[in-house]
Amino acid sequence: MTTTLQGTKAKVSAVRRRSAGRTLGVLLILILIVAGLFCLALSTGAFPIPLSKVLDTLAGQGTRRDTFVIMDVRLPRVLCGLLAGAAFGLSGALFQSLVHNPLASPDVIGVTMGASAAAVTCTVVLGVVGAAVSVSAFAGALATAALIYLLAWRRGVTGYRLVLVGIGIGAVLGSIVSYLMSRADVTSAQQALVWLTGSLNARSYEHVWPLLVGFVILAPAALLLTNGLTVLRLGDETARGLGARVETLRLTILVVGVALAAFATAAAGPVPFVAFVAGPIARRLTGERGLALAPAALVGAIVMVASDLIAQHLLTDRALPVGVVTGAVGAPFLLWQLASANREGRGG
Amino acid sequence: MADEGLYAERVTLGYGDRPVVRELSVRIPPQKITVIVGPNACGKSTLLRGLARLLNPSHGQVVLDGTDLHRMSTRAVALRLGILPQQPVAPDGMRVADLVGRGRYPHHGFFDRWSDGDDDAVASALLATGTAELADRSVDELSGGQRQRVWIAMALAQRTGVLLLDEPTTFLDVTHQIEVLDLLTDLNRRDGVTLVLVLHDLNLAARYAHHLIVMRDGDLVAAGAPADVITERTVADVFGLASRVVPDPVSGTPMVVPIGRYHGGQPLIETPSAPLRAEKG
Repeated sequence: MTTTLQGTKAKVSAVRRRSAGRTLGVLLILILIVAGLFCLALSTGAFPIPLSKVLDTLAGQGTRRDTFVIMDVRLPRVLCGLLAGAAFGLSGALFQSLVHNPLASPDVIGVTMGASAAAVTCTVVLGVVGAAVSVSAFAGALATAALIYLLAWRRGVTGYRLVLVGIGIGAVLGSIVSYLMSRADVTSAQQALVWLTGSLNARSYEHVWPLLVGFVILAPAALLLTNGLTVLRLGDETARGLGARVETLRLTILVVGVALAAFATAAAGPVPFVAFVAGPIARRLTGERGLALAPAALVGAIVMVASDLIAQHLLTDRALPVGVVTGAVGAPFLLWQLASANREGRGG
Repeated sequence: MADEGLYAERVTLGYGDRPVVRELSVRIPPQKITVIVGPNACGKSTLLRGLARLLNPSHGQVVLDGTDLHRMSTRAVALRLGILPQQPVAPDGMRVADLVGRGRYPHHGFFDRWSDGDDDAVASALLATGTAELADRSVDELSGGQRQRVWIAMALAQRTGVLLLDEPTTFLDVTHQIEVLDLLTDLNRRDGVTLVLVLHDLNLAARYAHHLIVMRDGDLVAAGAPADVITERTVADVFGLASRVVPDPVSGTPMVVPIGRYHGGQPLIETPSAPLRAEKG
């Protein structure tokens, strides 16, 4: 029996420490996997480079050829994949927790579709390529999110309305993309199509830097919002009773989530389903107790880089865009989530 | 007049353009148990939400310890006044200790870490509600009565002097209703917590309340000690129900015995014990 204050206190902190301990263990394992994939991705390719040489090269002691292949070709691609994957994962987990619905990730509710529409307009109509596409994708994601938020607003925003409005907006934007693609000439259509699938081909530091800066600012912000997000999950009234400024908090979380998705999409294209699967996998790993934001970021990074490795090397002799692999894996996962969400009549 | 405590001054509360409560003034006596009763849709939950600042009055003001509630920050309110909404829902898989820990939210700044004092508050809230044994359980696997006590524990961990509860006994069986109300009385007697409850059961309200607020159609009908407020006349006016009011044989507080259409006017005798088949023949 734990009827004394000290005994109960010990029990309370034991409960807390146990779940913190499990989360820490999961984080460590995920970090090891990320490190392993990082090295693997740097060493495999058309010119295989052994692991010892990879480490030498990273330390600045490689041959000229190795340095070129690793530092200029593979490293930006891997960094881009890791950061974009982590940003997608974190963004998805934020959305899903905020809306209490595993379907509410930015790639399902139309935010990344907004980025696509803007990027395709840029490529096909204006004929622009390169950094301008990323910038317009970023702006497209933010504008779409703002539009969804405004349309879903009715004395506050509730989860289901946000998801439904988002899916509707996504469908409209999808038809705009299809229209533009059908009107485009073959060259720009092919460029746009590769972008639309989500690809890490030919990434350079030009893609990495903005993503890195965005991630370094937004990821800690997301982690600081954890407490507020947990309180919001108790329902608006309870949260307000506990002293949370519900609307401000929700808007802040949405902005952080949208910005993360926007940075990732601008750098890697709308890689499907990474944001969608990362949160649920992370929550399962940590025992579905908390929000698992940091694990979701790592899972996102792992899914992205592992998918890119598969897309490049394992399937065919010809490299595929990463989005083909994440789409092939993510779509069944979406169906499974839809089926189980319907059965339980609620979302996670 | 003392500035201590909570009162509403000519508040109009509603949703959109439709006022539910009009120009109502009530005073919540400090360190007492106040119960708000009234028929369905009379605005009792709305009044409670107004008192807790979940709803902003379009006219009038709610004053807490001498300050207009709507001039205080949400957090400053949460440090003095706790509210437990009707039927709150915990996220799937959340542990009891973790849920109760959420009560510490207003005590934390943006960068604050969990402290020993937080563990203290959570542990004593669990002990006070008799839920210490459940600390490691998942909230969604508890029974209705246990769950309600856990939510009360969360509100207690908030450590506020005033606690508002919206129908804390609805959907509980009679044993657990009594258990929850006894628990709340413990808190009031031991720690001097000011309690405001919305209840449906008039007899339990009369038994547990020091102060009763009776509402109908958004208006205040009566307020005062249950013995003064609960009369056959008030019950008829407010609920449209003919009744006898007799002393509760256990507590001596007023007890409402409804009459209904079938039993009215007849002397209170034992029901006929003739077997059913006698009616057929």
